[in-house]
Amino acid sequence: MDMTDTRFLGSEPTTAGALEVIGIRKDFESFSALRDVHLRVNPGEMLCFLGPSGCGKTTLLRIIAGLETQTAGQILQNGKDVSWLPPDQRDYGIVFQSYALFPNLTIADNIAYGLVNGKVKKAEAKARVEELLKLVGLPTSGSKYPSQLSGGQQQRVALARALATRPGLLLLDEPLSALDALERIRLRGEIRRLQRQVGITTIMVTHDQEEALSMADRIVVMNHGVIEQVGTPMDIYERPATPFVADFVGKVNVLHGYALGGNLFRVGDMELQCDACDIGFEPGDEVNLYLRPEDRLVENLAHDTPNRMSALVSKVEFLGGLCIAEVTADALHGQSLGLHFSLNQLHDLDIREGNRIEIALRANRIRAFCSRTARP
Amino acid sequence: MNALARPYPSAPMAAARPGMRWSRDDLIARGVLLAIMAMLFTFLIAPLFTILVNAVQDRDGAFVGLAHFVTYFQTPSLLRAAWNSIWVASVVVMISVPTAFVCAYALTRTCLPAWFKGTFKLVALIPLLAPSLLSAISFVQWFGNQGAFKALLMGASIYGAPGIILAEVYNTFPHALMILVTALSLADGRLYEAATALRTPPWRQFTTITLPSCKYGLISAVTVVFTYVVSDFGAPKVIGGNFNVLSVDVFKQVVGQHNFSMGAVVGMLLLVPSILSFVIDYTVRRKLKAQLTARSVPHIPKPRRLADSLLATTCVLVGTLLLGTIGMAFYTSFITLWPYDLSLTLKHYHFALIESDMAAAYGNSLIVAISTAIGGSLIVFVGAYLIEKSRGLVAMKRAMHLMAVLSMAVPGLVLGLGYVMFFNHPANPLNGLYQTMAILILSMIVHYYTSSHLTAVTALKQIDNEFEAVSASLKVPFYKTFMRVTVPVCLPAILDIGRYFFVVSMASLSCAIFLYSPETILASVAIMHLDDAGDIGPAAALASLIVVTSIVVCIAYSLLTRVLLVRTQAWRNLRRG
Repeated sequence: MDMTDTRFLGSEPTTAGALEVIGIRKDFESFSALRDVHLRVNPGEMLCFLGPSGCGKTTLLRIIAGLETQTAGQILQNGKDVSWLPPDQRDYGIVFQSYALFPNLTIADNIAYGLVNGKVKKAEAKARVEELLKLVGLPTSGSKYPSQLSGGQQQRVALARALATRPGLLLLDEPLSALDALERIRLRGEIRRLQRQVGITTIMVTHDQEEALSMADRIVVMNHGVIEQVGTPMDIYERPATPFVADFVGKVNVLHGYALGGNLFRVGDMELQCDACDIGFEPGDEVNLYLRPEDRLVENLAHDTPNRMSALVSKVEFLGGLCIAEVTADALHGQSLGLHFSLNQLHDLDIREGNRIEIALRANRIRAFCSRTARP
Repeated sequence: MNALARPYPSAPMAAARPGMRWSRDDLIARGVLLAIMAMLFTFLIAPLFTILVNAVQDRDGAFVGLAHFVTYFQTPSLLRAAWNSIWVASVVVMISVPTAFVCAYALTRTCLPAWFKGTFKLVALIPLLAPSLLSAISFVQWFGNQGAFKALLMGASIYGAPGIILAEVYNTFPHALMILVTALSLADGRLYEAATALRTPPWRQFTTITLPSCKYGLISAVTVVFTYVVSDFGAPKVIGGNFNVLSVDVFKQVVGQHNFSMGAVVGMLLLVPSILSFVIDYTVRRKLKAQLTARSVPHIPKPRRLADSLLATTCVLVGTLLLGTIGMAFYTSFITLWPYDLSLTLKHYHFALIESDMAAAYGNSLIVAISTAIGGSLIVFVGAYLIEKSRGLVAMKRAMHLMAVLSMAVPGLVLGLGYVMFFNHPANPLNGLYQTMAILILSMIVHYYTSSHLTAVTALKQIDNEFEAVSASLKVPFYKTFMRVTVPVCLPAILDIGRYFFVVSMASLSCAIFLYSPETILASVAIMHLDDAGDIGPAAALASLIVVTSIVVCIAYSLLTRVLLVRTQAWRNLRRG
């Protein structure tokens, strides 16, 4: 797998994107919120901007919506330059974290808000509202007021309102953050289903990696105003392009060592084999090796299984069906690893505090990054 | 490793950065905002600036630098007025604020019955509806040369500092009370529970929890009361006698001696304490707000027999004094001639409303108050909306907000003085406005802009910030959303603003004193003239009429509001179902 490919665009640059972000920069008085951001959004896809707060993801969404003004750069929508158009002359529907439903209008009036504006006949608007109410699973709630609905229901109404005018692009700004955990998970699936059903190109901003992994076609991981990686959820998780992505998405163990050349790295007394590294290091380069908690072998180990070691279980954290065991290998000079085990494995393999176990680190899963600089 | 390969060329750096194109919506929003700013500039900043110019010019318009200020400070009689203003205001603060604090404490931290608290609040708030002249007239009747309790003074005269102090304590009491009630209701119950659990005696709880928690409220009350007294004109005019204070001095210099330069100098001096306390109050209020947003559990008072009954007694006493003051004014308006002929009569009302040459005053006041209520709430709410919710133009919005907040720092007398100098100038194209109803209404709107503006801003901050973004994405112009959503949601606040404008402009004197003509004379000004002429009965009649009008309007307003809210705000108190 070519790494540069996963970091940028999944699609070939010849097809015109539904939306193209070209060299967008946003400078505030004291800092840069976005630094030269390039991005292409494919027609019909669900794209997630993922990153910690302050990474610039919401600013980028608001620039796409025309709610903020970029310092430099261009936005093309279906090939048309919309960079300097005010929001009401762009083509999108938007849903905010706060729902932003008009509290004094009924649900039906909220959904019809953009339809009533002269262009659509009354009967037609009414039919459309009913269709949308059915689409979001609230067929009988048209005459209620927003305060009578639960958070999740309100957010579905906001979604229906945004879709009512059949925009070419749907923008979702942290749509699930205000909801409680259960509703969040329920609505995740629902939004995804709706988006597929309508086939609308969608950009969602979130700081919740699980949300991004479960909903997106592609994820854009952002940090400090730059894009760290663009890729499918699987790409992002399995082949993080930078230490930041590895750290931010999913859990990860970090081992310090140095390169021996080829795909071999020394950590403590061990020579670790790392098949996933496709970029050459000079022997002696200091590296950090990144390993996910589940990327260990414990069963059916052979003598020649690469990266095999004996480790002491120093702590077991019981979390239910899936638990974390902290193990320390002498061979790694005391660097410890947090590893996932199912509850059954804990029992079957007798993994308890103070016990020794044999493990092997999956050679095709370890990612190596230069440790000298924060970002390679 | 991992050299950043860029699939796109970098966007060309435009030399001149293009701005967001203006849509028709932006154009409308910015145009309206500009118009409101122009109004505030013309009717607030420009007049103030004219005062400054006048203070450094002689009668022929030549620049004389600080000569007038030097003259002022070398004239002992003038200087004395400044000193008088300061010490009288300080004494009023020392009486009004502690009394208000005790009463506010009784209202918020005792188990006195709700009807008791409600009644006291009503009585205590009446002074807000009265022109500041009313209490002075009352105290003249109680303690003046023919006063009912003149003997109590043991030969001393009420005219002068004692009268001003009494009248201003009455006038400022509700202002201090409202601020302190707000401050005291912010108590965090958890602190008291923790203190009790630690066996802290009540007195120590009071000094270590209660007092610190309303520190900002106390500071705010002090500055508000102080500024009120320094800039009030009505009470010292009626009961001040030969005791000179700054505000009366401005009037004397300008109206009596036509000495505009000296008037301007005194006006500038009058601005100093106002601006100072404005800055203090503004900083303190921000901290108060920060306290408000903190999450706390409301404090529920426990019955304390001794403290409760002592506090109740105080409230009864204060309430009686307040009622005695307003009652005397009412009584005076209905009797033939104090103290010789106490037979009841309506002749003072007849005189004030029909016979006198100021008969138009009451009607004029009604027209001004209604117009101010309607025009003011419209302008203030639209202005606040555009500041809060429109896109871009950050610098312009800041300037607008500053002007809106600044108006509070300008005493009405100074504003009126500025109008005289600015609009009365022959070269001013708006010269025709001078002495019309229009300028009276505009002066009221500008003078009372700040409180209304802050009410509107608070209401607007409570509604979702993204309504405008949503309606833009749905291609609905912002003004439609404004009419269909923002106004209905903020209706209670808008109605509040309208009522406030009505009540304050009905009673306002200092702003109008320089601006009326015989045709446009207002009731508050007429009261002053009637009192000057010795017609104390008709003066009391007109003052009582103002109070009654405002009370009636407030009651009508609350009924109307209730009906309106039931009809338009059905969405408000719904439960999930």
